[in-house]
Amino acid sequence: MEMNRRDLFRIGGKLLVLASAGATLEQIMGSEPAPEAYKMADHWWGMIVDIDKCIGCGSCVRACSNENQVPNGYFRTWVERYEVPEGYVNPIVTSPEGAINGFPLPKPTNFKAFFVPKLCNHCADSPCTQVCPVGATFVSPDGVVLVDKEYCLGCRYCVQACPYGCRYLHPETETVDKCTLCYHRITKGLTTACCENCPTQARQLVDFKNPKDPVHEFLRTHKVSVLKPQMATEAKVYYNNLDGAVR
Amino acid sequence: MRSTFRDAAHLLRPAALLLIGLAVFLVVRAAVIPKGFGKYGHYRAPFLETARSKPIHYAGQDACVACHDEEAKMRAAGKHAKVACEACHGPQAQHADDPTSLKPKLPDVATLCARCHEKDPAKPRTFPQVVTAEHNAGAACNDCHKPHNPHLD
Repeated sequence: MEMNRRDLFRIGGKLLVLASAGATLEQIMGSEPAPEAYKMADHWWGMIVDIDKCIGCGSCVRACSNENQVPNGYFRTWVERYEVPEGYVNPIVTSPEGAINGFPLPKPTNFKAFFVPKLCNHCADSPCTQVCPVGATFVSPDGVVLVDKEYCLGCRYCVQACPYGCRYLHPETETVDKCTLCYHRITKGLTTACCENCPTQARQLVDFKNPKDPVHEFLRTHKVSVLKPQMATEAKVYYNNLDGAVR
Repeated sequence: MRSTFRDAAHLLRPAALLLIGLAVFLVVRAAVIPKGFGKYGHYRAPFLETARSKPIHYAGQDACVACHDEEAKMRAAGKHAKVACEACHGPQAQHADDPTSLKPKLPDVATLCARCHEKDPAKPRTFPQVVTAEHNAGAACNDCHKPHNPHLD
C-alpha cells in the first residue's frame, strides 16, 4: 500500500483523537475516588505523651470510660500524680479512682511534682501476647495490642505478664480487657477518645508509618523515653521529659 | 520381590488404623480451629473486624463545629480554642447523628472549671491556675468568665 503525506496525517490525527478520548474517559471513570478502605499494612500506631503539658484533669480517663464502657473501678488509662523528694527516695504516687474526677487539693509539700498519664504501651514485642496460651491476645498488623474477648479463657496470665499493669479481668465477661487504642475510632480516621478530649494536647495519637505524621519531627527534637525501657518490650508510647522517678 | 512383601498382610491393619487416626485428627482439627485463625498470626483474624465495628460515643469536634457556628467562633477566638467540645460537654455522637434524640445537659461549672484550673504545683507553671476558694468567693465561674472564651474584657 502506498501512503502519501496526507494519508499519514489523516490516520495519525484519528489515532490521536482516539487516544486522548480514551485517556479522558479513563480519567473520568478511574479518578473517581473509591471510598478509601482501611489498610492495616499502611499504619503502625503509637502515642506521644507530653508530661510538660499534662494538668491532671482526668478528661482522658472520663473519655476512655465513656467511649469503651469501662466498668466502674477499672481503668484502661489513668493519671498518676508524682511527688518526688530530693534524692529520689520513696516518691509519693497517687491516683485517686484513676483520676477520673481529677485530683483533690494537694497537701503542700516542697517536693517536685508532676502528672503521668498511663495506658497500654502497645508494645511491638509484648510479654502479654507471648504468654497467652490460646492466642486470644495479639499485636494486630497495624501495631495495636488487642484481646479477642470471645476467645479469651480468663486465665489472667497476661494480666501478670504486663510490666505496666495495663490489663484487668472484666468483672462481667470474666475475660481480660485493656486499652484498644480506640481501634474502632482510629480505623475510621478519628483519633482516640483520650486524645480527642485532652484539653492541653498532652496526648497525641501517632502513626509511625505515615511519613507526614508530626511524630517524626517530635522524636527528632525532643528528649523522649518509654516506660521501663530495660524490659525491651518495644513500647510505642513515648513520654516527653519523663522523670527518672517514674516507674 | 516376593520376599519383601511376604509378611505384608499383618501391616495392613496398623496402616489402616493409622490412616483412620489421621483422618479423625484432621476432621477434629478442622472442626476446632476457629475460622480465620492464623491468617495474620496466632489469633482469629475476623476479630479485627469485630473490634472495628464497636459503636463510637465521641463524635469529634468537627461534627460539633459543623452546626454550632457561634460557639465555634467564640471558642476559636480565645484560650479554649484547642479544648475539644466534648471534653466539657461529654460524649455526643448520638446527638450528632440525630440532634433531637439526645439533648446534651449543661455541664456543672463548679466542678468542671476547677478540675483543670485549681492550683496544683504538679501542673505546668505556665498553665493558668487559681485557688478557687480565694479567687471567686463562692460565685459561679461563669458569672464573670464565658466558658467558650474565658478572657475578661
